[in-house]
Amino acid sequence: MMVMTTITAVTTTMLEYDFMRNAFAAAGVAAIVSGLVGYFLVLRGQTFAGHALGHIGFAGATGAVLVGVASVWGLVGFTVAAGIGMGLMGDRISGRDVVIGVVLALALGFGLLFLHYYTAFAAQATALLFGNVLAVDRAMIVTLIGLGAITLGGLAVIMRPLIFATLQPELAEAKGVPVRFVSTAFLAIVALAVSESAQIVGVLLVFALMVGPPATAQRLVVGLWSGMALSAAIALLEAWLGITIAYQTDWPVSFCISLLSAVGYFLTRGNWLQRRASG
Amino acid sequence: MSVIELDRVAIRLGGRSVLADASFAIERGEFIGVLGPNGAGKTTLMRAILGLIAPSEGSIRVFGRAPQRGDADIGYLPQMRTVLPDLRVRGLDFIASSVRGERWGVPALGQADRDMINKTLATVGARELAERPLAEMSGGERQRLLLAQALLGQPRLLLLDEPLISLDHRYQEAVVELIRGFARERNVTVLFSAHELNQLVGALDRVLYLGNGQAALGTVEDVVTSPILSRLYGTDIEVVRAGGHIFVLSRGRDVERSDHLHDDGHDHHHGRDHHHA
Repeated sequence: MMVMTTITAVTTTMLEYDFMRNAFAAAGVAAIVSGLVGYFLVLRGQTFAGHALGHIGFAGATGAVLVGVASVWGLVGFTVAAGIGMGLMGDRISGRDVVIGVVLALALGFGLLFLHYYTAFAAQATALLFGNVLAVDRAMIVTLIGLGAITLGGLAVIMRPLIFATLQPELAEAKGVPVRFVSTAFLAIVALAVSESAQIVGVLLVFALMVGPPATAQRLVVGLWSGMALSAAIALLEAWLGITIAYQTDWPVSFCISLLSAVGYFLTRGNWLQRRASG
Repeated sequence: MSVIELDRVAIRLGGRSVLADASFAIERGEFIGVLGPNGAGKTTLMRAILGLIAPSEGSIRVFGRAPQRGDADIGYLPQMRTVLPDLRVRGLDFIASSVRGERWGVPALGQADRDMINKTLATVGARELAERPLAEMSGGERQRLLLAQALLGQPRLLLLDEPLISLDHRYQEAVVELIRGFARERNVTVLFSAHELNQLVGALDRVLYLGNGQAALGTVEDVVTSPILSRLYGTDIEVVRAGGHIFVLSRGRDVERSDHLHDDGHDHHHGRDHHHA
């Protein structure tokens, strides 16, 4: 009873602030998109590609800021182009190839170069790398919703052949699935989700929303639909809880979200849960 | 009308001739054992029948028409079976992914689809795999799942590429029996490739031996002979029949068994999914 009252009180005060409402809305949209797209990223064992896309997006974001465009469009442009490039190069690249590592470092290097010519160096860099969800405005929320709708729409269109090609690539090819096209389209969709996620937790911590929640969900349930739903729910819960904890403690939001993401994963990873279930 | 008809077919793969001037016909309901040394073109032939590889010369007819990719009449079990190592998806969803899996959009499984999947799983004795994640299945259990997959829908032709690999001996016999029964009941034609003739000898109607770019189709008595196999293997082969078994020997060494050992090592190198049951 007392706990409930406290939670209500905290939530009420929190939500009196405009920037907190914006933060919850933005994080909510990005978390659901990341949780759903991330489910397939983890299923396909391509989490490294998602990580690389974040880094490449950093160069795009800083480059955009330098030429006076909103960073989110630089992120979107660079990551989508990189995603399509990776897809066209085939499985070798989207795995953990050396090429990805080299390109990844180069992208971060370029990001640094662009920042070098930009005056508001430190604040901008931190915001891009680690996110700044408390500075999100209405216009950004609208952008996030629009991008999110496109992302999930694209995912819905390719979902059936994507699942087939993920689970049984050889058979999918034999049955006429355009495997290369599907995996390229998927990486473009991942790129959009990375751009969304980066607005909340920054390019370095996209894993917190895109990998942690789906990996946790896959530990808990083995159905496809239940896995997707749980992944989105966990991402949403961790994002909102992270913001709440940050509000209470004054720790950075991205730290709180990444902490929850890791705690969630390792709690389910340890087999004490399974042991309890079977015993 | 023959189910599969090859007329003077040549297949080249990356500049190498896999099959040259091969002509044969396979009739409805036949159980064909596909044998031959590694690299003889067993997989290539199946891929050509599936319409994934076009012959460089001659024509292939499947059910009287040119092979078409995605033919719903064909059930296929690929030899290369990539299964991600930590796939935490249950067997039901794994199999269901192939149901109209080539179409765009969000997958939806009707009650009829579910019933069909459950019935097929029951056929291979794998009902309990429906709810278990693939990550926790043994190699043999995964194989059973893939077999169910190939039998799904109402295939009139089954192309099974090395379905016995990674199964223990006892279960190998059960799989051959199962396919045999399934095919006979529904008058389904089967191409079943294997390493060892003896695994199949009780079940097959005819044997298709491939090697050296050539193909020999006929009964075991007619094809598995020293002259024909010597020609296909490109070396002196001695065929010894003893105690109901047939041994294919080259200078006293059992060719099929040594092939198998070699392939096993090969699989360990490549296969992310290689578990022994």
